[in-house]
Amino acid sequence: MLSQDEIDGFAEEGGVSPAAPAREVAISARDVSLVFQTGDGPVQALKDVTLEIGKGEFVSFIGPSGCGKTTFLRAVAALEHPTSGQLLVNGMTPDAARQARAYGYVFQAAGLYPWRTIAKNVSLPLEIMGFSKEEQASRVARVLEMVELTGFEKKFPWQLSGGMQQRASIARALAFDADILLMDEPFGALDEIVRDRLNEQLLALWRRTGKTIGFVTHSIPEAVFLSTKIVVMSPRPGRITDVIDSPLPPERPLEIRDSPEFIEVAHRVREGLRAGHLDE
Amino acid sequence: MIRNALAVLTVVAGLVALWYFAAMPMNIHTALTEAERAGAVIDPPSAAERRDLGGVGLLLRNPEHALATFGQERPRLPVPHQVVEELWKTTVGVRVTSKRSLVNHGWVTLSATLLGFGIGTLAGIALAVGIVHNRAMDMSVMPWAIASQTIPILAIAPMIIVVLNSVGLQGLIPKAMISAYLSFFPVVVGMVAGLRSPDTSQIDLMHTYSASPSQTFWKLRLPASLPFLFASLKVGVAASLIGAIVGELPTGAVEGLGARLLAGSYYGQTIQIWSALFGAAILAAALVAIVGLVERLMLGRMGMAR
Ligand SMILES: Nc1ncnc2c1ncn2[C@@H]1O[C@H](COP(=O)(O)OP(=O)(O)OP(=O)(O)O)[C@@H](O)[C@H]1O
Ligand SMILES: [Mg+2]
Repeated sequence: MLSQDEIDGFAEEGGVSPAAPAREVAISARDVSLVFQTGDGPVQALKDVTLEIGKGEFVSFIGPSGCGKTTFLRAVAALEHPTSGQLLVNGMTPDAARQARAYGYVFQAAGLYPWRTIAKNVSLPLEIMGFSKEEQASRVARVLEMVELTGFEKKFPWQLSGGMQQRASIARALAFDADILLMDEPFGALDEIVRDRLNEQLLALWRRTGKTIGFVTHSIPEAVFLSTKIVVMSPRPGRITDVIDSPLPPERPLEIRDSPEFIEVAHRVREGLRAGHLDE
Repeated sequence: MIRNALAVLTVVAGLVALWYFAAMPMNIHTALTEAERAGAVIDPPSAAERRDLGGVGLLLRNPEHALATFGQERPRLPVPHQVVEELWKTTVGVRVTSKRSLVNHGWVTLSATLLGFGIGTLAGIALAVGIVHNRAMDMSVMPWAIASQTIPILAIAPMIIVVLNSVGLQGLIPKAMISAYLSFFPVVVGMVAGLRSPDTSQIDLMHTYSASPSQTFWKLRLPASLPFLFASLKVGVAASLIGAIVGELPTGAVEGLGARLLAGSYYGQTIQIWSALFGAAILAAALVAIVGLVERLMLGRMGMAR
């Protein structure tokens, strides 16, 4: 039970909300550092990372291997815990956000369970979260349609191509309506043609659903093509060297990659990456 | 397919031929004694001299008696057709309820095997689940399980039987316990490996759903462990059969394949021993094949058949 004072306190906080900023914040990191204790001593995976990601943004993380991209995403997903600093997801701690089903995570390997059909794989989180059978079926049908896998419900993962498997794993992350999608090099293992196609589909999906997406990649064109914001990182210790807000419009055909704006952004990303290297 | 069958047949034919050849020098001493009794002239004529001669030498000096080594009543080494004949006589040739029926003896051993295999499998799975979920159990149970397998089963079988006998348990149960003792270990080892087989990203995925440990177990660890479990079950079921047979040896049991082996060796009935041995081998092969079939069906339905 809450006391009258506490209820009053909430009411007051609620009363402030009209003055809140126009764009809500999905992920906010302030001076986040994360040190791994390893056999060869401590490894500083993240150092003083400060970043704000608004709701509905598509943010790419790019940087050389070992700069802490995965670690940052995992910290947002409460799979790692920062040693210092403050990390908030939808205004909550990452652990609370997880309980509130705030995000879906897509790993580099599709990670579908081989003993489950595609439909069963997609319904896995729904089963765990206790959705009813009918609700599961309708959600599975809906998200499989979103990733254009209708008709493959009864197939097992090994019967699908790598690109299709990765789409199924995106469908799985979408199934429970998390409003944040965290993707760690989801298309890293795919060939370029499949990758282009999946990037277009992902962009369309993002525009349609308005989700906030955190996307790790090693590819400059991919980052520029997809993102509203590009975070350039550098290693040892892992830190942010540049944050680029993309001037490209939300509507992006593949041909946009030949436009001067695109080339300019790509150039700035490359400069940022090079600067990170020169520091060493 | 046909080429494989041909290769297998060639190997089998080679082994059978080798067996017949080996039987000749091994059985020649007694064969010559019998022939002498029937009035044949043997070289050398003195039995004492023959005893000092090797089987091969004796065979070369009396080649006309070579075939007699294949038809003795109590040969040192019975030849394949004698074993097959005995197998036929004691399975198809007699009523199942007869004391001589190998089917009857086989069933007695099989029932202990199946009961022991069931107990061993359940105990093995339960231990593995405990080991994977509890660090204390991991550190305390695993060493004991390994130590238990270093004690020769022949040493521990009589003790199990005596102890269980003193609390009034006889017959099926003690044999099943020895069976279980032999079969739980491969199941523990395989199942622990299987339950630990999911990689970190599969487990992290469960974390991102805030899945409970029991949900992670039922939806991830258990299904992932099944291929490992079946590999262990094949080893376990064969070990169970050995356990049941060994369990029949020290009790002086009158029924079962082990009892047949023991009785055969008491009375020098080598053909009976060999047919019981082959009976056991056929049973073991059948059990392993059945486990393999269940594996194929089950993993096939789960989309995991290789
Ligand atoms: N569980 C861990 N234990 C110890 N060190 C770790 C662990 N995870 C990551 N690290 C270290 O932290 C640093 C950052 O790793 P991270 O995986 O975040 O890099 P990354 O930017 O994702 O690299 P890549 O592009 O290769 O995926 C690396 O030096 C890595 O060795
Ligand atoms: Mg990484």
